[in-house]
Amino acid sequence: MTSEYQAVIAEFEPIIGLETHIELGTNSKMFCSCSAQFGGDPNTHVCPVCLGLPGSMPVVNRAAVESTIRMGLALNCSIAPWCRFARKNYFYPDMPKNYQISQYDEPLCSDGYLDVTVPTENGPQVFRVEIERVHMEEDTGKLLHAGGAGRIHGATHSLVDYNRAGIPLIEVVTKPILGTGELAPEIAKAYVSELRDLMRALGVSDVRMEEGSLRCDVNVSLSRPGEEWGTRTETKNVNSLRSVERAVRTEMLRQADQLRADQRIILETRHFNEETGDTTSGRSKEEAEDYRYFPEPDLVPVAPSESWIEQLRGTLPEVPSVRRARLQNDWGISEFDMQSLVNAGALELIVASIDAGVQPSAARKWWTGELTRVANERDCELEELTVTPADIAQIEGLISEGVLTDKMARSVFEGLLEGEGNVTEVISGRGLVVVSDDNLLVEAINQALSESPDIAEKIKSGKVAAAGAIVGAVMKATKGQADAAKVRTLLLEQLGVKE
Amino acid sequence: MGQGGIDAEQVKHLGKLARLELSSEEVEHYTLQLEQILGAITSISVVAADHIPPTSHPIPMENVYREDIAVRGLEIGDFASGAPSFEDDRFRVPRILGEPG
Repeated sequence: MTSEYQAVIAEFEPIIGLETHIELGTNSKMFCSCSAQFGGDPNTHVCPVCLGLPGSMPVVNRAAVESTIRMGLALNCSIAPWCRFARKNYFYPDMPKNYQISQYDEPLCSDGYLDVTVPTENGPQVFRVEIERVHMEEDTGKLLHAGGAGRIHGATHSLVDYNRAGIPLIEVVTKPILGTGELAPEIAKAYVSELRDLMRALGVSDVRMEEGSLRCDVNVSLSRPGEEWGTRTETKNVNSLRSVERAVRTEMLRQADQLRADQRIILETRHFNEETGDTTSGRSKEEAEDYRYFPEPDLVPVAPSESWIEQLRGTLPEVPSVRRARLQNDWGISEFDMQSLVNAGALELIVASIDAGVQPSAARKWWTGELTRVANERDCELEELTVTPADIAQIEGLISEGVLTDKMARSVFEGLLEGEGNVTEVISGRGLVVVSDDNLLVEAINQALSESPDIAEKIKSGKVAAAGAIVGAVMKATKGQADAAKVRTLLLEQLGVKE
Repeated sequence: MGQGGIDAEQVKHLGKLARLELSSEEVEHYTLQLEQILGAITSISVVAADHIPPTSHPIPMENVYREDIAVRGLEIGDFASGAPSFEDDRFRVPRILGEPG
């Protein structure tokens, strides 16, 4: 933590708030039967409804309502017995209807909370984030700005793909999060991470952040202790966990600079630059936010019955925090270790590796060791690395079959990370083959023994520990492509020594 | 402000939100029209007493759902010709001035 940041914390109290949009993993869109799959050739998942053609009528996707209720229940929310959709009116070509169907003053779920754990100097600390609402809406189309290097500024025109328009979105809005102090950035990150895990555990979304299926708007304000709440800014479209943390911190530092210079903070949206970590001014909210919401006349109200809600409550999975406690116990690791692998974004990858057949300790070793180091070096998330749980299972299998040594396995990882292909391709590309020909090994052993007759004598006289030096020499002679344990066994055999 | 409850400033504001460039004659014209429409609606409030809740849907119907089954929609050939401009399988729109909501 920089001293600059600490000075901000000493002078100001931050208040943060998060609005998170998550695309649901339904088969079809929110209000029509078009495919809700990510991507696809432009304008191939479209129909009269999501193209906003006159006379077309929306019909609600039951699975999307179900997913939203389950999410609401998992976030300890009350589920509205009756609620409506609303039109959010704005004129921008990402929505061909000139309005987005959303929910306004009658969200499906409200007043919940999510407990998140953040690491502190005094060990992990649980912080309760209150949830204001969870509501349903539809995603917008994708714009390609042409003629200006992809930016709005300088673009001559834009091209629109409506495949994404109408994909079910849920928006989860927190209440203002107070009392975070210096932990504000970490709490924001832990909250989004926990929300993501919860969505995945519920199976309502696979939450691929790199595909934009989870997008976060980050509200930040600062005030001096005892003063009124400061004016907030809203940083839009923060799309990775690391960026959430950075956006909060950057905005706190920027606002503190402004306030110290007696400049007022403008109520505005800001853009987050993933590369620099800076935020830049967008538009002022004071004039922009006039959506003239009104109840959507083309859709009838959603009134989930008590029995439906209870039935859905029965389908809730183990809460991620409870599951983590169980895994921590199963793996026999400390809370600190568990927390650090969660923070590294390694938990799900480790679980997936174990599911693929890797021993828990080996799965933890790779993900929290070498791979975390590389991810930090590259400034990216673990799951963005070109190594998958299946790769680890394959490599571990090859180690136990004696085809790879630990050292060679490291080289395979290196190759995978460098994009040299899959495990098999890397092994053949790098010529990684264990020298398993006993004759060759015995030859190398005898060579090493003749070079160090004193060590040979030591081992023969019962000092088995001295064998390490000879094993080391053999490994060096075979360029690490021998199985050290096997060399040791052969060596002792050769000298007629028993352990 | 007329009895309908809308004035020229509000009409200008609505025009701006709708990305419409309105001349002062048009503002005057629409203000008059909207006043009349709103005036007609206002007359309902005379009969709508406090015990009558506002209605958003004329038919008391709830929970109309569709099963979550994906169906192939339109082919590009079905709609591209209806768009003012279409390029690279995408709708071409003019340079965007305001930002999304």
